Amino acid sequence: MRRAAAGLALALTGALTGAAAGCSAGEDDGTRLRVLAAASLSSTFEELAAEFERTHEGVDVQLSFGGSADLVAQVQEGAPADVLATADTATMDRLVTEGLTDGAPEVFATNVLQLAVPAGNPAGVRGLADLDTGSSTGAGSAAEDVDLVVCAPEVPCGAAAVRLAEVAGVRLSPVSEEQSVTDVLGKVTSGEADAGLVYVTDVRAAGDAVEGIAVPEADQVVNEYPVATLADSDEADLAREFVQLVLGATGREVLDTAGFGAP
Amino acid sequence: MRPGVPRWVLVPAALGAAFVLLPLVAIIARVPWTDVGTLIGSDASRDALSLSLRTSAASTVLCVVLGVPMAVVLARTSFPGQRVLRSLVLLPLVLPPVVGGLALLYTFGRRGLLGETLEVLGVQVAFSTAAVVMAQTFVALPFLVVSLEGALRTAGERYELVAATLGARPTTVFRRVTLPLVLPGLASGAVLAFARALGEFGATVTFAGSLQGVTRTMPTQIYLLRETDADGAVALSLALVVVAVLVIGVAHRGRPGGAL
Repeated sequence: MRRAAAGLALALTGALTGAAAGCSAGEDDGTRLRVLAAASLSSTFEELAAEFERTHEGVDVQLSFGGSADLVAQVQEGAPADVLATADTATMDRLVTEGLTDGAPEVFATNVLQLAVPAGNPAGVRGLADLDTGSSTGAGSAAEDVDLVVCAPEVPCGAAAVRLAEVAGVRLSPVSEEQSVTDVLGKVTSGEADAGLVYVTDVRAAGDAVEGIAVPEADQVVNEYPVATLADSDEADLAREFVQLVLGATGREVLDTAGFGAP
Repeated sequence: MRPGVPRWVLVPAALGAAFVLLPLVAIIARVPWTDVGTLIGSDASRDALSLSLRTSAASTVLCVVLGVPMAVVLARTSFPGQRVLRSLVLLPLVLPPVVGGLALLYTFGRRGLLGETLEVLGVQVAFSTAAVVMAQTFVALPFLVVSLEGALRTAGERYELVAATLGARPTTVFRRVTLPLVLPGLASGAVLAFARALGEFGATVTFAGSLQGVTRTMPTQIYLLRETDADGAVALSLALVVVAVLVIGVAHRGRPGGAL
């Protein structure tokens, strides 16, 4: 009786894992290239992946988007991947020091912060100065009434926001420090926040829902996006070709349209 | 003597237990024990833990105040559309918490359904601790309603009927008969609601935001810490687990002979 039950359990496990393996093998027998990329690269990398598949017959590019730190942690824990593109060099460096990248990462794009306000700019924000709670000129009290949302200093966009405040010489008192730039944008588009510090590319992607206000000092706080092939890649040659596409003219054009700067 | 269970049941039961316990073992194996003290003792962690305990306690009270009447109405009355209403009230159980947060935002947010009314009243929910409590109550309430409604149905209406025939008014029946009968069910429902509130993350970040001491609860702090220090996040999760077990243990012991 007990043996029969154990057999049943084994058969069940076998069936389940078999089904899982069947899924991951893909629909056809073509080659797979697994690309991990920072969430802010979603639309651009989808375009580039389609382009890569067009020029490489039988190759299926599988994209996976997430926070840079998440993606790096996944690679550290052994997730199978061929190419990784992050939103800052600090997260990528964790993989470099562990020898998990194949060669040195290359910077392929830059991004700068911008103030995003809800459509119509209900709080009448004109620039960082309106959000300075540390100024003694009397503007400080007005700034208290403006709900500013930024990224937490622990994530790349938040670290950039801290540096931007330093460079601009303002003191910011956000009502919330969000986990990701998407969360900041969400608070702005929904009108909950009067202003948020996000990337130029996010403002452009959000369309009419938000208005962007350029911050002159942002040019001194530039976020660099590195891309690298990974040491454990099964498709090293293809991975390098994909990186070349990102670094090349086609990549530049797509990234440019989305608002990313050249390295 | 107990009739016992069929032996084959033990195999899937053991598999299930291993499936739940192995990840717990794995996480304990990753805890950086030497740094645990500093990690948990940091200002940010203590603020988060204290905020989590306060907001979860508040939302548990709200769940009891609102959930008990809801469960009673669902279990003891019948009216057209009751089934539909029950399914709708339980919706937060299946709704992804992030979507729950959006729903709250569309209701109580500045531009939400009630946003203007709240603005006139001078109430701003966004980015406040009250928003955290609302998010937690929203996701935890169905747990209390479900378990209490089950308890009410199991207890049946016999004693209530007897009390009523003896001349007790509805309020007296409710207070002296119904509530004492389902007290164990109410307690386990409250513990479930508290546990769910303590672990609530998605609706909170979407609806309330994240600021130390105001809206950043333990789960949010853990998620944020993971960005820079995965081991630290693990240590902090352990602290949350320990606190949850302690609280539930105390609540459990408070009820003589009660089983969860």
